Amino acid sequence: MKFRYLNNVVTLKLDQDKCSGCGLCVEVCPQAVYTLNGKVSLITDRDACLECGACAQNCAPGAITVRPGVGCAFAILMDMFNIKSQCCGDACSCSLDNVQD
Amino acid sequence: MSKKEFNLPMVEDHQPVSCCAGEESAHKYGQASEAGWVVGQIETVAGPVHRIATTLGGRDRLGSIKTRWGLGRMSYTIPPGLYGVGNPDHSSPVLVSANYKLSFDSLRRELSGLDLWVLVLDTKGVNVWCAAGKRTFGTEEVVRMVKATRLPELVSHRLLILPQLSAPGVSAFKVRNRCGFKVIFGPVRAADLPAFLKAGNRAEPAMRRTHFGLLDRLVLTPVELSALAKPLAVFTLFLFLLNLFSLLVSGGPVSPAPLIGQTLSDLFPFLVAMLIGAVFVPALLPYIPGRAFSWKGLLLGLIWAATYRGLFDPAAGWLQTASYFLLIPAIAAFLGMNFTGSSTYTSLSGVVKEMKFALPLIITAAALGLIALVAAYFV
Repeated sequence: MKFRYLNNVVTLKLDQDKCSGCGLCVEVCPQAVYTLNGKVSLITDRDACLECGACAQNCAPGAITVRPGVGCAFAILMDMFNIKSQCCGDACSCSLDNVQD
Repeated sequence: MSKKEFNLPMVEDHQPVSCCAGEESAHKYGQASEAGWVVGQIETVAGPVHRIATTLGGRDRLGSIKTRWGLGRMSYTIPPGLYGVGNPDHSSPVLVSANYKLSFDSLRRELSGLDLWVLVLDTKGVNVWCAAGKRTFGTEEVVRMVKATRLPELVSHRLLILPQLSAPGVSAFKVRNRCGFKVIFGPVRAADLPAFLKAGNRAEPAMRRTHFGLLDRLVLTPVELSALAKPLAVFTLFLFLLNLFSLLVSGGPVSPAPLIGQTLSDLFPFLVAMLIGAVFVPALLPYIPGRAFSWKGLLLGLIWAATYRGLFDPAAGWLQTASYFLLIPAIAAFLGMNFTGSSTYTSLSGVVKEMKFALPLIITAAALGLIALVAAYFV
């Protein structure tokens, strides 16, 4: 079963003119957002994106942009109150200190 | 596996391999050689390397359970460095992992019968996915550890196999430019590694997806529960004092047993509200209609409020009833929303959007609910 979250919210963008067709975005995406269409990558399930940033990080020509971050209410809350939580062993989330790459 | 669970291996102290670590980290992490998971040494051109066990012992299992309940979770680490499995040589594959012990254990138990190297990065005891998000499992760290462990002298190939979920932190093309090693992203789950290696480092599409099954979700709930211990204690004390004051105000006799009994019975509906948010929402996640996590909590909370009012407290007055219908959904919605961080599929943009809508409602409902709750004791 594929879980679905909110639609039309993610910051993911792909500039196909810059795409080299290497297919690494297809490979690293855990949500099957991309499909390789011949020599270019295509975003075929944008709403499945969780903004982890794996694709952009591994796109050598820089065709992909996304604001990477962790979809965690608790971390966002801590950030709102400027509390640095040491999180993330396992069930927990990441602090937002490097949401912007 | 959730946003958080993947992983791999480690290294050692007293030898050249120690790069990163040195005295300070040997002290901080303890000696790996004393750990039950080291089963020998492998002599290499870069010095001795610990051979690791591919089976988990009682201590490993106990450690996992404690960690799942949030006990010592932030210090459940292994020393970063290079380790060996079986009898690896210069042509053996190199896996890269985080130094969170839970991650490391879930990797090594899948490796029996294989000969390979495991390069454990210093991710500050954080699992692969989260560490990648924080860039501690990142390009820099991979390059640093490759050099520190003298990996180029130890293996004749130039290939590193990284967990797929480290890709948010590691840029394959940058690693290659910086240290000459080609990065291959392996499967999401360590369990698929043997099949991946056997297929010549090829992952089936299914190996590239996260799974978030019932067990994956349930295993994350104890941590949510243990985080509730403190708020629960405060709330219980609050109800106790409310009962005490209302007795004093009404001039009734004050005796401990009925007072405690009443407190616990008053606590019950709200305790269940906490369980709904922390356990039932995660467990029933795909079956509760709607997408926002707070909405799922709200829905179950309303059902429970109606059930409790109808079946357990049919004589409740309007203030009491209002406190149930405001406070219970607020608690369940808030805790449900908190599970976004444990899920594998929520985006930052999505959670921000959900919170903008849900948080003001939750706070308002909780505040009004508390007022009604207190008032009900004295009206």
